[in-house]
Amino acid sequence: MEMPPPNPAILARKSRLIERLSGVLPADALIHEPAETRAYECDALTAYRCPPMLAVLPSTTREVSDVLRICHEEGVPVVPRGAGTSLAGGSLPTADSVILGVARMNAVLETDYDNRIIRVQSGRTNLSVTGAVEEEDFFYAPDPSSQLACAISGNIAMNSGGAHCLKYGVTTNNLLGVTLVMMDGTVIDIGGAHLDAAGLDLLGVICGSEGQLGVVTEATLRILPKPEGARPVLMGFDDSEVAGACVSDIIKAGVLPVAIEFMDRLCIRTSDAFANAGYPDCEALLIVEVEGSEAEIDAQLARIVEIARRHNPVELRESKSPEESARIWLGRKSAFGAIGQINDYMCLDGTIPVSALPEVLRRIGELARDIGLDVGNVFHAGDGNMHPLILFDANKPGDLERCEALGAEILKLCVDVGGCLTGEHGVGIEKRDLMLHQYSPEDLEAQMAVKDVFDPAWLLNPAKVFPLSQSQARRTAATAA
Amino acid sequence: MTPLETEADLAGLIAGARDPLAIRGGGTRGLRPQGEALETSGLTGIDLYEPGALTLVAAAGTPVGDLQRLLATENQRLAFEPMDHRPLLGTTGEPTIGGVVAGNISGPRRVQAGACRDFLLGVRYIDGTGTVIKNGGRVMKNVTGYDLVKLMAGSWGTLGVLTQVSLKVLPRAETQATVVVSDTRLAGAVRAMSAALGSPYEVSGAAFDPAADSVFIRIEGFVDSVAYRLGRLTDLLSGHGTVTAIEDTDASDTLWKRIRDVEPFADAPGDVWRLSVKPSDAPEICGRLDAEGVLLDWGGGLIWARVPSATDLRGRLGAFGGHATLVRADAETRAALGMFQPESAPIQDISARLRARFDPRGIFNRGLMGRT
Repeated sequence: MEMPPPNPAILARKSRLIERLSGVLPADALIHEPAETRAYECDALTAYRCPPMLAVLPSTTREVSDVLRICHEEGVPVVPRGAGTSLAGGSLPTADSVILGVARMNAVLETDYDNRIIRVQSGRTNLSVTGAVEEEDFFYAPDPSSQLACAISGNIAMNSGGAHCLKYGVTTNNLLGVTLVMMDGTVIDIGGAHLDAAGLDLLGVICGSEGQLGVVTEATLRILPKPEGARPVLMGFDDSEVAGACVSDIIKAGVLPVAIEFMDRLCIRTSDAFANAGYPDCEALLIVEVEGSEAEIDAQLARIVEIARRHNPVELRESKSPEESARIWLGRKSAFGAIGQINDYMCLDGTIPVSALPEVLRRIGELARDIGLDVGNVFHAGDGNMHPLILFDANKPGDLERCEALGAEILKLCVDVGGCLTGEHGVGIEKRDLMLHQYSPEDLEAQMAVKDVFDPAWLLNPAKVFPLSQSQARRTAATAA
Repeated sequence: MTPLETEADLAGLIAGARDPLAIRGGGTRGLRPQGEALETSGLTGIDLYEPGALTLVAAAGTPVGDLQRLLATENQRLAFEPMDHRPLLGTTGEPTIGGVVAGNISGPRRVQAGACRDFLLGVRYIDGTGTVIKNGGRVMKNVTGYDLVKLMAGSWGTLGVLTQVSLKVLPRAETQATVVVSDTRLAGAVRAMSAALGSPYEVSGAAFDPAADSVFIRIEGFVDSVAYRLGRLTDLLSGHGTVTAIEDTDASDTLWKRIRDVEPFADAPGDVWRLSVKPSDAPEICGRLDAEGVLLDWGGGLIWARVPSATDLRGRLGAFGGHATLVRADAETRAALGMFQPESAPIQDISARLRARFDPRGIFNRGLMGRT
C-alpha cells in the first residue's frame, strides 16, 4: 500500500511544533524522541509501519482542542488513535504527522440507568463500558472481537460491529451523542440523552468517518438491560450451501437469534485442534444463539432445531448449561488465535447478501486455488458479514503481495454479488484503493465533500478511506500552504 | 405536471431547473416548502425483496402501504413502525417510503428496535446539480466509506431527492399484548416506563396518555413468551399503580396505532409539537408547556404537546437538552415560527455548508430546516 511521501516543509517545523505543543500539554503527554514515537508506528495491520513525527496523549477535551488548533495553524496532519487495534490501518501514521492518542481519556462521566445511557470519555475500552454497568445488570451491546482492548473512539471511527449485532445493531445504532473537536479546535456537542438529535443527522455521518471529520472526546452510549439468559445450539452440515439455506429458513421463520456464526472446514479443524472444542469434522458449522428466560430459550431452540433437522445436519448439539455453551463457543472464539498459531493470516470483512453465500464460498475456493494460498472462512452469517482468513507466510518473499492480491479479488467478488468491501473493520489504507470498485467517482466526490466541510484543509487522517488518486488534489492543496 | 417515472428523467429535470423545487412524495406530512412541486410518486416498484436476508429495496415513490402488504405475505414488517400523519394533519394521499426516510419517521418501537435511519441500508439520490449518487447498499453491515445514508435520513429533502431506498426488515411478531398501569400521574408514569424499559423483558413500546391516566407497556413475540413476560411485567409494575392487561392482539395493535399516529389530538384544536427529550426530564418539561394536552411515547423521551395556536414551545425547553418540532399548525404560524429548533452556531454553520455542497444552487425544499 502506498502512502504519500512526507512533506519536508512540515518536517522542518518539528521543533517549533514541539515548542508550541509543550505550551498546552504536560511534558509527559508530548512524545517526540524517535525511540518513543516508534511505539505508534502501526496499528493491528502490522504489515505497514511508519513512526510519526510526534505523538500526543491529551487528557481533556480542552487539550485535544489546543493540539488540533495548533496543528491546524501549522498545517500539520493529525492521525487520531484509539487503542491501535484497527485491522485496516486506520491509525497508521505518516512521517510528517502527529498521532493524537486518546488512551488517557478513559473516565466514565455519567451512568444513568433511568434513561439507559452512559457517558464516557472516548479512550475507554469497549468491554470496560459494560464493566461499568454490569453490576446493575446492564451492558453495552456492540462487541467487536477486540473488545478487551479496543477503544470507544475507534469503535465510533469505524462504526464497529461484533457477533451480536444481528439483534442489537452496530455502533451507530447505539450511539446517542458525541463531543467532537474539529480540526480548527472548535468543540461541538451533538445529540445527548434524547433518542434523536435535532437537524441533519451529523452523528450518523461522524460515526464511521474513520477519524477524518473530527476527534471524538466524549460519547453518550445506549446501555441495555441484560437478557435473563442466552444459550447456543451447534449444527454441522456436509455442505455449506445447505448451511446457508438453514440460516435463511431460521430467519424466515420469525426467530431472531442474537448471533448466527458460520465456520468452514478449515476453520473447524484448525480451531478444534487448538481448543479441543469437540466440533464435528464437516463442511460447515453453525452456532446459533438465542436469549430470554430458560423456557423462552428452550422454545426458540426447539424451533431452530426443528428447522435444522429438515436440512439433515451431521451434528446437532443444543446447549443445556453454561458449561456446554462455553464449549460450543470455545472453538469459534479461538478461531483467529488458532489459525494465527500455524500461519500468518490476513482477515478480510467483506459483506454479502446471505443468499450469495454458496456462490461466494465456491468462488473464494477457486480464487485461492488459482493463486496457491489457503483461505478459511468464519462468518457472521445472520448479517452476511464474512471473515475470510487468507493464510500466508510473511517470511516468504512475495507471499504478502500474493495474499493482498487474493484479498482484493475476494473483496471485489463481495461487491459484485451485491455486497460491500468492509462490514465492520473500515477502509483505512487496506481497502482504500478498491473504493472505485464499489463507488463511482461521483459517489466518492459526495463523500469527500463532507470532509471538505468538516476539515477544509484535509489535515485529519488525510491519506485514508479514499483512493490517493481521488484525494490527491485536496491533500496537496492542503500541504502546499 | 405528470410525475416523471425514471431516475434519469428526474435528474435531467433537476439539472435544468432554474427555480426552487418542492419535493413531494405522497404529500401527507403537511410540509409546504417553496417552489414548484417535484413529484416522486412516479418512481414506484419493488426492486428486490429477500425475506431470508431481511432485505427490501424499493423505489422512493412506492406507497408505504404497498410495502407493508408485501411484507405481511412473508410475516415481516417495517420494524421502525412509521407514523401515518394523515389522521393528525387531516391530509389525504398515499405516504411514500421516500417520504418516510426523508423525515426519519419512526414510531413507538423506536425505543427497542430503532428509528427509520437504523433500518436504512442504502440510498440512491439526485443532488442539487442533477447528479445521481449512491451510498450504502443492501447488506446489513457496511462501513465502506462515509455513511451518507444516515445523513439523508431526516434531511427532509434539503440535501437531495431520494430515488431508491434499501431497508432492513424484521419478522412480524406472532402476537402482542399490553400491560396497562393506571393511576400513576405523570412523574409516576415516567418512573413506571423506566422500570419496564430497564427490565430484560424486551418492551417494544412505552407510552403514557394522561387523559386516560394510563401507562401502556407493549410486549411482542411468540405466544408463550408474551404470556411469560406479561406476567413478569405485571409483577414488576404492581407497585406503580393499578395493573391490568390487554391480551387481545388486535386490541393491543389498535391501541399502538392510535399512539403512533397521535390520534388523541386528531380531532382536537390547536397546534401540535413534537419534543425529543431525556425521558426523566419529561415531567418537569411538561409542567412548563401550558399544553392543552400531552401524550408521552418512548418512555417519556417523546412528548406530543397540543397547545393554543401560535405558541412557540422551543424556548420552554430552557436548559434541558433536546429539541422541539412544529408538526401541526396553520400556514401563518408555520411561516412565522418555522418547523425546527435552531441549532448551536457551529452546528448551524456545518449544516449550512453541507447543504451548499449537496445543493449548491439552493433549489431543494427552501423554507425547511434552516434553509431560506
